[in-house]
Amino acid sequence: MSENTVDTVPRTSETPLAPEELARVVARDIPAGSYVNLGIGQPTLVSNYLSAEDDVTLHTENGMLGMGPEAHGDEVDPDLINAGKIPVLETPGCSYFHHADSFAMMRGGHLDCCVLGAFQVDRKGNLANWHTGKPDAIPAVGGAMDLATGAKMTFVMMSLQTKKGQSKLVEQCTMPLTGVGCVSRIYTDQAVFLIEEDGVSVRETFGTSFEELQQIVDVPLRPAR
Amino acid sequence: MLNIADSCAQAVAPIHDGATVMIGGFGVAGQPVELIDALIDHGATDLTVVNNNAGNGDVGLARLIQLGRVRRIICSFPRQSDSWHFDEKYRAGQIELEVVPQGNLAERIRAAGAGIGAFFTPTGYGTPLAEGKEAREIDGRHYILEHPIKADFSLTKAHVADRAGNLVYRKTARNFGPVMAAAATTSIVQVAEVVERGGLDPEAVVTPGIYVDTVVRIADPAQTDPREEL
Repeated sequence: MSENTVDTVPRTSETPLAPEELARVVARDIPAGSYVNLGIGQPTLVSNYLSAEDDVTLHTENGMLGMGPEAHGDEVDPDLINAGKIPVLETPGCSYFHHADSFAMMRGGHLDCCVLGAFQVDRKGNLANWHTGKPDAIPAVGGAMDLATGAKMTFVMMSLQTKKGQSKLVEQCTMPLTGVGCVSRIYTDQAVFLIEEDGVSVRETFGTSFEELQQIVDVPLRPAR
Repeated sequence: MLNIADSCAQAVAPIHDGATVMIGGFGVAGQPVELIDALIDHGATDLTVVNNNAGNGDVGLARLIQLGRVRRIICSFPRQSDSWHFDEKYRAGQIELEVVPQGNLAERIRAAGAGIGAFFTPTGYGTPLAEGKEAREIDGRHYILEHPIKADFSLTKAHVADRAGNLVYRKTARNFGPVMAAAATTSIVQVAEVVERGGLDPEAVVTPGIYVDTVVRIADPAQTDPREEL
């Protein structure tokens, strides 16, 4: 890497980001007025950082737009749950629909954005997040393929490395794919990556430098323009 | 004509060995608990079951699987923390599994009720779930061919029915109910309340009565706290 690249990628945090901090970064990037689906697990945290002014409408694939926060105590209604099967609340202006409609609005390109977790993403934006590929694993896909393929923008939120230190941003996914060329951005604890037609750019780093990042990730990186 | 059954046992009585049975519900919401229990008691076996999951804990669909009544299951998400009966049967080679992405599952069921012969969907293209399926590029986008899923029977849950068989649902308990009722030769629906004709606002009807064959009233259905099922 040439020396000047080091300066062109802003290091916006001196330490890697905790999931909550990363959720705040993702939330900031969701355009106001969007219809958004947040995947189960880490992506759900993003909802904590969306404000009323953002006017973001949350979709849950089991048949609701305008999903509110988690329900507690007497507010719990067994007939009102999210895709993670957690009881939730309504928001004013919410609506219900059946499963085929719910996925039609996704597949039909009406959903602006979804945020998903991942096992691997590769330089072409291919996503692997449903199956480790281990022969004894029982396959279970849920709505992951529909979301990845259907939303206008698919963001991934994940740790950059596995517990063993391997990069999850890879040259080519080795695990079974969820969707082809669907991911446009990857939010990790160490950096935000943009998947572009001709390569992978780094928009900002957290607690690391562009050069250190390139040591970890086996995909040619460049500073975001 | 709508059949209003006196009991769940009577409602599920026609289900025969070897039948394909769709079961509604996503998590606890919309799960026709009493109808599934009646199917367990009924004893029909060699069933093909269509559901989003493959049973949780030791009750309902999980119990049906444990008893060896299910030969084959078509679902989107079988593996869960408490799907042990399915896991055991699957690893023992005692149950066939077809995993379908959730949106394709819903659309295949919808297609069956809507008389569609097959359809091209982008979901699953380029993944292991597309293996052996016809692929086609249409206007620059890649699709795979998926076929409808029909059933002999559907067991679903709605909130209120009128005597014309029209249904309204509650909140996210609607989920697979409408498409499953339409995709089954005989649809069996449990409801909390049955009202006279004219008792439902026609503008609010979600499932028109033409799709509904049998209704059974369960005034006080089992309601599990959703969190107990996680």
